[in-house]
Amino acid sequence: MAAGVAAWLPFARAAAIGWMPVANLPMPVAPSNKNKHQDELIILNVSGRRFQTWRNTLDRYPDTLLGSSEKEFFFNEETREYFFDRDPDVFRSILNFYRTGKLHYPRYECISAYDEELAFFGIIPEIISDCCYEEYKDRKRENVERLMDDLEDNKDSKLPNMTFRETMWRAFENPHTSTMALVFYYVTGFFIAISVITNVVETVPCGYMPNQRDIPCGERYTEAFFCMDTACVMIFTVEYLMRLFAAPSRYRFMRSVMSIIDVVAILPYYIGLVMTNNEDVSGAFVTLRVFRVFRIFKFSRHSQGLRILGYTLKSCASELGFLLFSLTMAIIIFATVMFYAEKGSSSSKFTSIPASFWYTIVTMTTLGYGDMVPKTIAGKIFGSICSLSGVLVIALPVPVIVSNFSRIYHQNQRADKRRAQKVQKARLSRMRITKSGSSSAFPHSKRNGLNQSLELTGSLEEDQQLKKTTSLLESQHHHLLHCLEKTTNHEFVDERLYEQGYLQTALQNFPSQSPSLSSEEGITGTCCSQRTKKSMQPLSATHTHSHTHNLQELSALHIQCGEQQPLNTSRSSLNLMSDESGSLNCKSSGLVTTAIISIPTPPSNNYRASPDAPTPPNPDAPPLPNPGTDVVKISAL
Amino acid sequence: MKMSSRRRRCKRQLIKFTQHITRFITGTLSSDNEDEEQESMTERYHPENLEQLQSQTHFSRQELQLLFRGFKNDCPSGVVNEDTFKNIYALFFPLGDSSKYAQFLFNAFDKDKNGSLSFEELVCDLSVLLRGSTEEKLNWAFNLYDINSDGQITKEEMLDILKSIYDLMGKSVHPRLKEEAVRQHVRMFFQKMDINQDGVVTIEEFMDCCQKDEDIMQSLKIFDNAV
Repeated sequence: MAAGVAAWLPFARAAAIGWMPVANLPMPVAPSNKNKHQDELIILNVSGRRFQTWRNTLDRYPDTLLGSSEKEFFFNEETREYFFDRDPDVFRSILNFYRTGKLHYPRYECISAYDEELAFFGIIPEIISDCCYEEYKDRKRENVERLMDDLEDNKDSKLPNMTFRETMWRAFENPHTSTMALVFYYVTGFFIAISVITNVVETVPCGYMPNQRDIPCGERYTEAFFCMDTACVMIFTVEYLMRLFAAPSRYRFMRSVMSIIDVVAILPYYIGLVMTNNEDVSGAFVTLRVFRVFRIFKFSRHSQGLRILGYTLKSCASELGFLLFSLTMAIIIFATVMFYAEKGSSSSKFTSIPASFWYTIVTMTTLGYGDMVPKTIAGKIFGSICSLSGVLVIALPVPVIVSNFSRIYHQNQRADKRRAQKVQKARLSRMRITKSGSSSAFPHSKRNGLNQSLELTGSLEEDQQLKKTTSLLESQHHHLLHCLEKTTNHEFVDERLYEQGYLQTALQNFPSQSPSLSSEEGITGTCCSQRTKKSMQPLSATHTHSHTHNLQELSALHIQCGEQQPLNTSRSSLNLMSDESGSLNCKSSGLVTTAIISIPTPPSNNYRASPDAPTPPNPDAPPLPNPGTDVVKISAL
Repeated sequence: MKMSSRRRRCKRQLIKFTQHITRFITGTLSSDNEDEEQESMTERYHPENLEQLQSQTHFSRQELQLLFRGFKNDCPSGVVNEDTFKNIYALFFPLGDSSKYAQFLFNAFDKDKNGSLSFEELVCDLSVLLRGSTEEKLNWAFNLYDINSDGQITKEEMLDILKSIYDLMGKSVHPRLKEEAVRQHVRMFFQKMDINQDGVVTIEEFMDCCQKDEDIMQSLKIFDNAV
């Protein structure tokens, strides 16, 4: 319900008294107003800035956070106020929404920050009032486009299993992906240039024939030019066919502009091959050669500026149409006027209105060839008005086109900068370094035996030692991770060593969750095989369904972690120095840190064996009843 | 009368036109000084003070404060005009068409018939409806039904009122709404209320019948705690 409706509800209900006398049935009982408290001021403390409002104001929108009982979670008993650890500036607009019923979007605010705040407070962005809604939508769209660009870039970077066709298509679209693609790109570019130059040079007059007449080079060195043309056309044909083969959607590819240009560029040659014999049609054949100039448009694949220009013109189609239309109108008007003004004078070139079109166009575009000039006074007056208005009419749509071009150009610049792989790689690696720095603290502390001291009864000195080396926050975090380890009966593995081990164990398939596991000696030779066996037995004993559920839970954990960039996950990497941690972590006995690694394709669990223990590779286990296990990597937090 | 106004308009337009031409020729940049003529007349209305309202109604001080704050938030000028009232009422009945009933309500609330409701009018009526005696409530209902305020409810008036109430429900009702149902309802009402069968219901007949009807008496009390 909209704003203020709650305030008017008593009026509406009172007005319902008017229905009573005409009603024939008894009325239902009214809901009792149980917690009828007097209206009170409540204090909302948002990151230190205090806002105060009536409780009723917030109750206007009961489906938001502030209007419902959800805000009780944020109630601070000591200070008797609601504390929100959010941005106070954005909160201002949100509170104003409750007060006035209109949600405004402040222009200086970042769009994603604003969206997050709205999501937190349970307000849907669609109710932004009209005065700010356009702005909000524009910014949102820009943001989404930028994210999509980023997503596309990331998609390009790594895709392990692509078919040959897909690789080819990617090579065609982004020449920077592989060297072959780059070579191909430059070769085609070179041949396009050659072809265009050939076409141009063909018409240059070179040399004299005995009958004292200039002939163009094309007719003098026919074979050479024909060979050149053939070579170029063959290259273009091959390229076109390869693109056609590699295109993910052939129909769509054939409809695209670039492919049409390709076809138009090579068709004249083939038509010429077919039709050389017939003399009558050769005239038409000559004109077909004009289309060879379209080969220059093939450069647009190689030049981004050309593409931007084309795109700009396409997006400014309406402005261009307007320009054309207004010019046409003006031309017709002025041509008519000039014709009738010049009708009187003798030997006037303005023989008809269409003849005056030429004068009008030349004058309006300020060319002024001078082949047609008005002679009468009236003609001269109207001619001057014509040239003045021409300047205006042409100048009007141009800024729109220019601003469009500039906007698209800058967008492309930004996309290019981000696409520059070096920048991206450097950024990602910097992020990874900072993340791994913080995440490797846990294994470091483990290695230093601090966690062990946590497990044992912490004596005072050890506590102090703890506090010295790690901050309270860190130690609490480590404690949490440790609890997690204890809970799941598995331990964290160092990232680097894990990946090495991954390659090793990729070839080894251990049967999972079969009772034979307990008899499997090869897991760990150390005493903690007992422990692993114990951990496995409950698993195997459990219903396969729940096992997959567990695995899937864990796998869900991995997939979440794995899909995003490494910068988003901080894997707690343990330094797996097996001997060292072996001494540390196993209370009962020296345990080799293990990790559950299951590999996607063979549905089995691998246990990363310690280097000491013999690990005979087993053949593939008999198919599990639930072959749907996914990759599980214990990479927690 | 009409001729002179037409002539006045022509003259005004001519003056405007010559002003335009001179401005065009002399190249003065246009400014919107034409808008200076029209001044927006915004009403600004102050309610009576709190003590007086407290004495006139059955509401407590806090309740009056609460009501006024909600009222002022939506109507900063201090008065509600008919359109605003209709819009507000439409929010409560989104499925149906509440404009007619809102109009009747507006007329019933608007005692001095000046086309706008002030806060006092609203609050006084509200106090009658929520805290008043049953006679007052029935009186108010009678005034609502009596559209032309002649002291009698005719069949046409009742039909209008009932139609507007049925309109509040909208189209999607079960069973399907028929024109005949409304007329039947009117007939039942008149059967009940029109004691001397003269085709109109006067205030005395109305009061008598309603006070004898237990259901109506009961239902008049259900909103008593709504504020």
